[in-house]
Amino acid sequence: MSSGTSAPRTVRRVDWRAVAAGLAAPVLALVIAILVTSLVLVVASDPVGKVWETLLLVDATDAQRSRAVVNMLNSATTYYFAALAVAVGFRMNLFNIGVEGQYRLAAFCAAYIGAAVSLPAPLHVALIVVVAMAVGAMWAGVAALLKATRGVSEVISTIMLNSIATALVAFLLRKAAGDQGSSLNLSTDQLPASGRVPGIELGFLDTPIRVYGLVVLAAVAGLLYWLLLERTRFGFDLRATGMSESAAVASGVNVKKMVVAAMLISGAVAGLVGIPALVGEDPYAYTLTFQSGLGFTGIAIALLGRNSPIGIAIGALLWAYLDVAANRLQIQAGVSNEIVTIMQGTIVLSVVVAYELVRRYRVVSEQRRVAAAEPLAAGGGPVGGGGPSGGTGTAQGVPA
Amino acid sequence: MHAVVGENGAGKSTLMKILYGMQRPDEGTISVEGREVSFSSPADAIGVGVGMVHQHFMLADNLTVLENVVLGAEKLHGIGDKARRRISELSAAYGLDVRPDRLVEDLGVGDRQRVEILKVLYRGARTIILDEPTAVLVPQEVDELFANLRELKAEGLTVVFISHKLDEVLAVADEITVIRRGTTVASVLPGEVDSRRLAELMVGSELPSPETRESTVTDRPVLQVEGMTLHGADGRAQLEDVTLTVHAGEIVGIAGVEGNGQSELVECILGMRAATGTVRLSGEDVSTWSTRRRREAGVAYVPEDRHRQGLLLESPLWENRMLGHQTQRPNARGPLLDRRAARADTARIVQENDVRTPGIDVLASALSGGNQQKLIIGRELSGDPVLLVASHPTRGVDVGAQAHIWESIRQARAAGLAVLLISADLEELIGLSDTLRVILRGRLVCELDPRTATPESLGSAMTGAALPGASEGAGR
Repeated sequence: MSSGTSAPRTVRRVDWRAVAAGLAAPVLALVIAILVTSLVLVVASDPVGKVWETLLLVDATDAQRSRAVVNMLNSATTYYFAALAVAVGFRMNLFNIGVEGQYRLAAFCAAYIGAAVSLPAPLHVALIVVVAMAVGAMWAGVAALLKATRGVSEVISTIMLNSIATALVAFLLRKAAGDQGSSLNLSTDQLPASGRVPGIELGFLDTPIRVYGLVVLAAVAGLLYWLLLERTRFGFDLRATGMSESAAVASGVNVKKMVVAAMLISGAVAGLVGIPALVGEDPYAYTLTFQSGLGFTGIAIALLGRNSPIGIAIGALLWAYLDVAANRLQIQAGVSNEIVTIMQGTIVLSVVVAYELVRRYRVVSEQRRVAAAEPLAAGGGPVGGGGPSGGTGTAQGVPA
Repeated sequence: MHAVVGENGAGKSTLMKILYGMQRPDEGTISVEGREVSFSSPADAIGVGVGMVHQHFMLADNLTVLENVVLGAEKLHGIGDKARRRISELSAAYGLDVRPDRLVEDLGVGDRQRVEILKVLYRGARTIILDEPTAVLVPQEVDELFANLRELKAEGLTVVFISHKLDEVLAVADEITVIRRGTTVASVLPGEVDSRRLAELMVGSELPSPETRESTVTDRPVLQVEGMTLHGADGRAQLEDVTLTVHAGEIVGIAGVEGNGQSELVECILGMRAATGTVRLSGEDVSTWSTRRRREAGVAYVPEDRHRQGLLLESPLWENRMLGHQTQRPNARGPLLDRRAARADTARIVQENDVRTPGIDVLASALSGGNQQKLIIGRELSGDPVLLVASHPTRGVDVGAQAHIWESIRQARAAGLAVLLISADLEELIGLSDTLRVILRGRLVCELDPRTATPESLGSAMTGAALPGASEGAGR
């Protein structure tokens, strides 16, 4: 983007200390998680070495590894949307606990409407995506309105809306299934071929399963998230509100409007959580066994990725990797795969603590840096002794 | 009684934190009553009799004085009658006049401060550190505080007193230590120096004064407030029928004891609270405008609490330069931020305002108070504002920054800026203002001429006492 002439101005020295500080927290958290998990295994007298071997796919065949990679990418795509949705709220101190309900209702409605219409392929998929986003936003909008007009905590209202959404989807699913589904496996009608998105085949991998086509949408969503938050006025208002509501108000932000806007965006992104699987995987329908619990995973990954689009991507991949690797634990190592849940929980807890430690360290070290630079900044000499009108307004010698 | 004076960022607070055990020194020793000690927590400090009264009171409003005093020190005398007796004894012994069963929320600022002192005494302190104790007091209360401190001294206690207000330091201290950039630059006796000399020691240069020179007041009204009334949640009027006009090139000072409606007045003018009455900006009725629209129309705002309202502490300086102006050039082009222009303009502000920082990517929290405030002043005076609403622009700011801020305001005034100045620093108000109004219980009660007003006459007007040379009822 930047032209040749302006490039030198935009080049900034990479602050390696900042990079190191940024990496320190997640690495530290991972190490702690590994230690705690190993400790649990030792206490339970399970084979520690074998567990790590299995988790690291040391003993897996090429086909198993390839399969794991694709499954990981697919899970991570889903997790990415969930974590982005949560992160939008987090950036302004809003806790959207309701991603769970939002995506389930959205996926159901998108599946139902997607199966009921027939359109040319790209439009059909677009319609499904738009419906999902609209329904997710609407469901989050209920919590947003309650907060903006009546001051109801979004934590409470979204938790309650989760329960309502679960019941509502169960109720509607029975209606939608009509008499074609057995009571054991209720389902919406299958999406017609025009509403499906073909998977991407990774040629170098030895597996028939494919990566969700909508992995591309996840990447686009991450990019838009970054653009919106870091490069627009709206994003600045949103971040300012999250960092200091009182300062945001003084700067002219209408906090109520921002609450509604942020919740709607969060809900719209949440609506996408179920869509990659819906349009990319058999049975191409919303069924009783549609994956649940992703909203809460999203919260954990948003924390892990520190609300940054790249961080969340790495967090989602790590999380998905652990999930996929855990599947083989029971068979290969004879250890319950819940050990991975323990590890995931430990990672999140330690990462939160580690980030806080790093943040404090950063604040203190910045203060030191400023203090150290201060005599330098004043190197141009103390304020000239010209009395009231003296050279206070004139520029001091600025260090090169 | 020992006073420590120095600019903000000179290291006073750090020194006090070390003395009170909140921070550990890298080198050096502390001795109390001849014995060398080392503190790893405030509890250690109080253990050897060193107590601290913070600048910002640490009291729970909804508890009584007794409960506040015993909180965290329940082991000493319990929480019942024994504690109450001990409080009464201390109060009587040191002339503090504290009644243990009153609710803290009913107490005035001076009373609260005495409760803080009592809290420290109750814990057995023999050395009391007071961090800028007079910052929140009116002159009459300052006198009372000093009487209390003399009482403490007479009883054999040691008082360490940190202040910016040099006249006060000279009046009460027995010995003065001046620090600058982290080292002691002078130890003087109050008899040897006057306040000018002392301030020069502090900044290492000659002194500014807040006086404005020739009048630049025009007859073009910029801000017109008519009949502004605001009711609080309890139905009591926080502002009542406030009417005032600020002309281009004029500084209107609002004097008042804190909590008499100043914050509310400012927030209503900025549109952060909805009040009845009209607000006009350059003749246009802006009463229904949002805060953002008012700011875009040229209202600059220096908030009273820069940490809460003026800065994003955990953001870099250049993002803070955008705050409050994020919709305007150079910070934004259309809906997008213009980061490059904002960064360049931040560098300009930093340079022109002598903000001492190694760069513009530093977090705002890393700067000292004076440098933070210089950044805010520079930001707010950028982009040709028509009106500046400045609340306590030099509060908690060192003399050097204070001089700079005064000069900036004066220059802007000369260029035709209308300024509404709210301050607790009476000399600043008298020195800078073209017109002085006094606010009392939400009403503008009188108008004084800054050429004839003195801190004493202003002080008594603020507390509602008889007003020499004041025209009564200007606000009605």
